[in-house]
Formats: sequence, structure tokens, C-alpha cells
Amino acid sequence: MSIHVRYFASLRETMGRMDESLSPDGLLTVSDVWKAVHQGQTLPDHLLCAVNMAYAKPESPVQDGDEVAFFPQVTGG
Amino acid sequence: MEIQLFETPYDPYALLRDFEMAPDHPGSHLGAASLFIGTMRDFNEGEAVESLWLEHYPGMTERELQKIAQEVRQTTPFERGLIVHRVGHITPGDTIVLIGTWSCHRAEAITATSKIVEALKHRAPFWKKEQRGEKNHWVERNTPGSVA
Repeated sequence: MSIHVRYFASLRETMGRMDESLSPDGLLTVSDVWKAVHQGQTLPDHLLCAVNMAYAKPESPVQDGDEVAFFPQVTGG
Repeated sequence: MEIQLFETPYDPYALLRDFEMAPDHPGSHLGAASLFIGTMRDFNEGEAVESLWLEHYPGMTERELQKIAQEVRQTTPFERGLIVHRVGHITPGDTIVLIGTWSCHRAEAITATSKIVEALKHRAPFWKKEQRGEKNHWVERNTPGSVA
């Protein structure tokens, strides 16, 4: 199993990939997931996050099998 | 709440007619319908915009729209609702979003539609990328909804 990480819009382009899978070992929160792919950097305030397709906070818990998404401010409508 | 996402252009007026003509639409006691139709402009921030790419988060987008409708319904009861949104490649004049609510009286319908529009703008996971001549860029934020 793993944690499936997805990126959208400008963040997807910046990252150069739309998704990736991470080992859940040591990843307890959304913030931990971000740090795992950004060399320990803090999740920037202007980015939003979701766990299993529901809005979440950096301190929201994650577990094996979760889908975690990061994206910029939304601009629909 | 009925949610529809389209990858190709749609006619909002045809959709509304079909929605109101459907057998499950209890039209006889619904005295009010309030509609919002958002169309792609050919300009933004003083520059011509040739087209838009509208990205979304399949699955979460639909869930968030349902959640918005449920939350609005708790404070502003309406009987029926419709949200339609384009995704993909969009050109000026295309309808991007159609929001409609139906209720017994006008106050609930007008208020519910307005609340859904604003919540969609701030919460539903859609992202616009504008094509301006040879350049393209992601829109960073929506325009304010207030006219005050």
C-alpha cells in the first residue's frame, strides 16, 4: 500500500508531474506528506490540500491508502 | 441537487427547459426560479483572452458541489437545484456555469442561487488557464462577487 499524492493546475506544472506514490512510513499528517516531497519545507499558505477528495488542513491525519491532493486557489465559475 | 460537467459546449436554455419539463419537476407549486449563467468573456485585466483551459479534480469537484448545495439548503431551503459547469477547452461566448434553484417563493430561490455561486467560486476545485496571444497563464483568483 501507499499514499497517492496528486497535484493540480499550476502546481502540477511546477512539480513536473501529476501524481506519485509514497511509502506511508513516518507520514502522519498532510504536512508530513508535503515535506516528504519538498525536502522538509513547510506547505506554503497559498496552497490548498485535500484528503480523499475532501478539504483538509496541514495538520489533518493521513494513513496508508489515502489520496492526498495539493492545489492552488480555485478559480471556477 | 443535479450536477453536470460538460467537456463540450452546451446550451443552458435547452438544459433549463429539459429540467423544468422533466416528470420529477414539481412545477405546480414552485413559484420561483432563480438562475445564474456565467459566460466566458473575451477580455480580462485589460487584455484580450482567446481561450481558456478549465481543469478540475474529477470526483472531488462533484462532491464539493453537492456539499455546497447541502449547506446552502440548510440555511436557505430550496426545492430543486441544478449546477452545470464546463471543463476543458473553452472559447469566448461559451457558457461556463449554469446555476439554478427553484422554490415556492422568490426570496429563497434568489438567495440560494447567490450563495451557491459565491461558494462555487471559492471552494469548488476548478482552475482556469487563460490563453492571451502567444502567452498563457493560470488565473490566480476570481473577481470579487460584491457590487457594493
